[in-house]
Amino acid sequence: MQEIPLSQILFVSTALFFIGMYGLFTRRNLITMLMSIELMLNSVNINFVAFNKYLFPDNLDGLFFTLFIITIAAAEAAVAIAIIINLYRSHHSIDVEDATEMKY
Amino acid sequence: MNISSILFYAISALILGAGILAVTSVKIFRAAIWLLFSLVGIAALYFWMQVEFIAAIQIVVYVGGIVVLIIFSIFLTQNSGKEMNSPALSKKIFSALAALFGTAFVHNLIVHYEGFAFNSAKPFNPNVAEIGTQMLSTTSHGFILPFEVVSMLLLAAMVGCIVIAMRPAISTSESNTLNNKD
Amino acid sequence: MSNYLYILWIPLLPLATFVLLGLFGRKYLSGIAGIIGTASLLTSTILSFVAAKQYFFVDGKVNGVFQKIVALKYTWLEFSPNVSIDLGIIVDPISVMMLVVVTSVSLMVHVFSLGYMKGEERFATYYAFLSLFTFSMLGLILSANIFQVYMFWELVGVSSFLLISYYFNKPSAVAASKKAFIVTRFADLGFLIGILILGFYGGTLDIGLLIERFTSVHSTQFLSITSASFLGASMLTWGLVLVFMGGAGKSAMFPLHIWLPDAMEGPTPVSALIHAATMVVAGVYLVARMFPVFSMDESALNIVTYVGAASALFAAVIACTQTDIKRVLAYSTMSQIGYMMFALGISKNGGENGLGYMASMFHLFTHAFFKSLLFLGAGSVIHMVHSNEMKDMGGLRKLMPITHIAFLIACLAIAGIPPFAGFFSKEEILTAAFHENKIVYGIALFTAALTSFYMFRLYFNIFWSKEAPVAAHGHDDNGHESHGEGPWVMKLPLLILAACAVGVGFIPFSQFVTSDGAALETHVDVVFSIAPVVLSVLAILLATSFYKNQNGKSDKVAAAFGGFYTAAYKKFYVDEVYIFITKKIIFPFIGQPIAWADKNIVDGFMQLLAKTTSKISELIKGLQSGKVQNYAMYFFGGVAVLSILFIHIWK
Repeated sequence: MQEIPLSQILFVSTALFFIGMYGLFTRRNLITMLMSIELMLNSVNINFVAFNKYLFPDNLDGLFFTLFIITIAAAEAAVAIAIIINLYRSHHSIDVEDATEMKY
Repeated sequence: MNISSILFYAISALILGAGILAVTSVKIFRAAIWLLFSLVGIAALYFWMQVEFIAAIQIVVYVGGIVVLIIFSIFLTQNSGKEMNSPALSKKIFSALAALFGTAFVHNLIVHYEGFAFNSAKPFNPNVAEIGTQMLSTTSHGFILPFEVVSMLLLAAMVGCIVIAMRPAISTSESNTLNNKD
Repeated sequence: MSNYLYILWIPLLPLATFVLLGLFGRKYLSGIAGIIGTASLLTSTILSFVAAKQYFFVDGKVNGVFQKIVALKYTWLEFSPNVSIDLGIIVDPISVMMLVVVTSVSLMVHVFSLGYMKGEERFATYYAFLSLFTFSMLGLILSANIFQVYMFWELVGVSSFLLISYYFNKPSAVAASKKAFIVTRFADLGFLIGILILGFYGGTLDIGLLIERFTSVHSTQFLSITSASFLGASMLTWGLVLVFMGGAGKSAMFPLHIWLPDAMEGPTPVSALIHAATMVVAGVYLVARMFPVFSMDESALNIVTYVGAASALFAAVIACTQTDIKRVLAYSTMSQIGYMMFALGISKNGGENGLGYMASMFHLFTHAFFKSLLFLGAGSVIHMVHSNEMKDMGGLRKLMPITHIAFLIACLAIAGIPPFAGFFSKEEILTAAFHENKIVYGIALFTAALTSFYMFRLYFNIFWSKEAPVAAHGHDDNGHESHGEGPWVMKLPLLILAACAVGVGFIPFSQFVTSDGAALETHVDVVFSIAPVVLSVLAILLATSFYKNQNGKSDKVAAAFGGFYTAAYKKFYVDEVYIFITKKIIFPFIGQPIAWADKNIVDGFMQLLAKTTSKISELIKGLQSGKVQNYAMYFFGGVAVLSILFIHIWK
């Protein structure tokens, strides 16, 4: 496996991050936007693990960060979905373009 | 080109392909399934990097937890077979260009960066006992304090979710009618 | 040194009355408001007599010189370690003398008003205002700090304003109150600038310290203020002249006198109190209070002298032609205050040369009694005939004998006929003038004769002239009965004041109030007195022949004077000049450009700011679209820009 350099793994994570960003920009449904955010978080996780493995095999810090990010992502997803459901109750829609009360 | 490399490219193709489909699919339920595949691919990548514990966590939390949660919320709020509203074409093009630019920009940085000091002599294959001991230690590189903090965060998130999603105890007439329609 | 702190109660009692009546008077106390006001003022009066007795006869005198005692000093606003606005009480001969004058005249007016104002709807308000005025005036008198003087000065102005416009549904009263307020405010601006000049160079606002610093020729403050000059006059002259300007405004000196005749729109007892006996002499009091400083500057004193003399003569001439009895009295007041002013102006500080100062204070003292008596008498007359015009009066001597006698005494007093009070004080003034300045003496002598003439013109027109007034005034149109001279509360003050007008001249005033506190030996020189007295008597005889019966002589004389008479009747067109200056010069040439600039430049600038802001916000508010994705785009755009900036450009 050592034939695969770190830069290629980093490319995968970068591409995944920007795929997530594309989804965040184009999706109008709040749930799919949340899914895009999950993709972006995962790309960061890949980075942490890869750096830990390739550059600092003596330590475990990257793994810990990944664990914490997963934890926080889970919490965030739960809260976000609670908010989405509440929004659906009041607006009958989870389209982000319909929730524009906080404008000028 | 050995088997490991082939495996890596296959896994990468799965992750990116499933990711692209997850953000472009017009049916929300399919998007969720593509997300599931992408996350499984990432778990596979962790296996490939020989960090099995993280891979296991990835599958348990993401695949088993978050994606299921998302699918539930889709069922709660959405007619899953319906096609979603499509964004404006200009916005799509702009976002695609921005994403491509970002990828190219970062890729350029990675390719031209010389400073990665590869330390490939030592194998990286931590077992679960090691990870657990290290995480809950109070020595340097110990993560007991963030661990405690994150436990508080989880508690707060749990309480917050319940409070937010709970139907109001004293509902106004308007929200009553809304709820009845549900 | 004994304790004079109880003096604090003298002004505080009227203040308490004002608060009480002002807050609760109309609703709960309208029946007894007069009694409350009078009772509290009676206490004040007794206290001030006690203070006067203690000061003049017990312990004010040390080594034959009356001391200046600071009974209370409370540092109020401290600007720097040396300059502060203190609230203090000063006890010296003139303040104690003024205490007695103000409280007793005010008490008489309070008592008189019990009858005069009876049945007024805003009876309690009237007493509240009277108390406010009394409080302010007493505070003014006792002030130890020139800024404290200024504060009470303004308070006096406000209460005067309130009392002039007491009949606020009468347009002329409202106009008069505004006029009085604005004219005196204009003068007060000068006063304030004068205070600031003196305070700046003197380094203090305390009157005692100011006097101490500016009277020693070698002090640094004195040297700095006399060496600094502006437009050819030293800053000391400017400061004093500006302070005098404030005094001239309050004391209705020419040319700032125009408010005083109009101020007669107020209730007559108010005129007696404020516009005859107390407030208008505040200017004289101010100059007297600052007199040691004034005496250091010849030119400021000259201005005081000539303004005083000119006002005295000018007002006396106008008084001869007016037909409104209160206006005659107003001009007579102005004339008498002119006397006091020039007496101060010709005086020197200390010793024998301080005769003018002492004479001025003496005249202030006596004038307060006979002038308030005149006004209260006029009040009685007006109360009876319901008119201010001479032509509506005449032959009243049988109907109102007490008023008649009192008024006659007051007229004799103001005319300077011995042995009435006015004789003694006027004699001192004339003596001082004779020794210092012959021109002023001539003016004073002539004015004295004029004074006798117009006072007796007034007297005869009211009480003699026509006959059979009963038919004319017994029943008015509404058919209610003539009420004679009014109740005893209106007669009593007249009697008391008449007694004072006879008696106070015999007080050896020069023993008590002098410029340096040491007793001054004066004596009435019989030979010297012949000229003024004879002149006065001649003037009285002339008035008798003109006005005792309606014989038309006066009209012939008036016709002979022709244009001069008309000019005097029109008050020498001073009002018209003021109106011309304000309406034809100040309004179009200063007011309108400023209004234009305010409307177009100042407001325009503000509106430009507002419009620019709103335009810009219209332009950029689209950014705040409420769409989360746009915000996300801004965020990522910012991250991208910063990345490029830090990675590629700003290495």
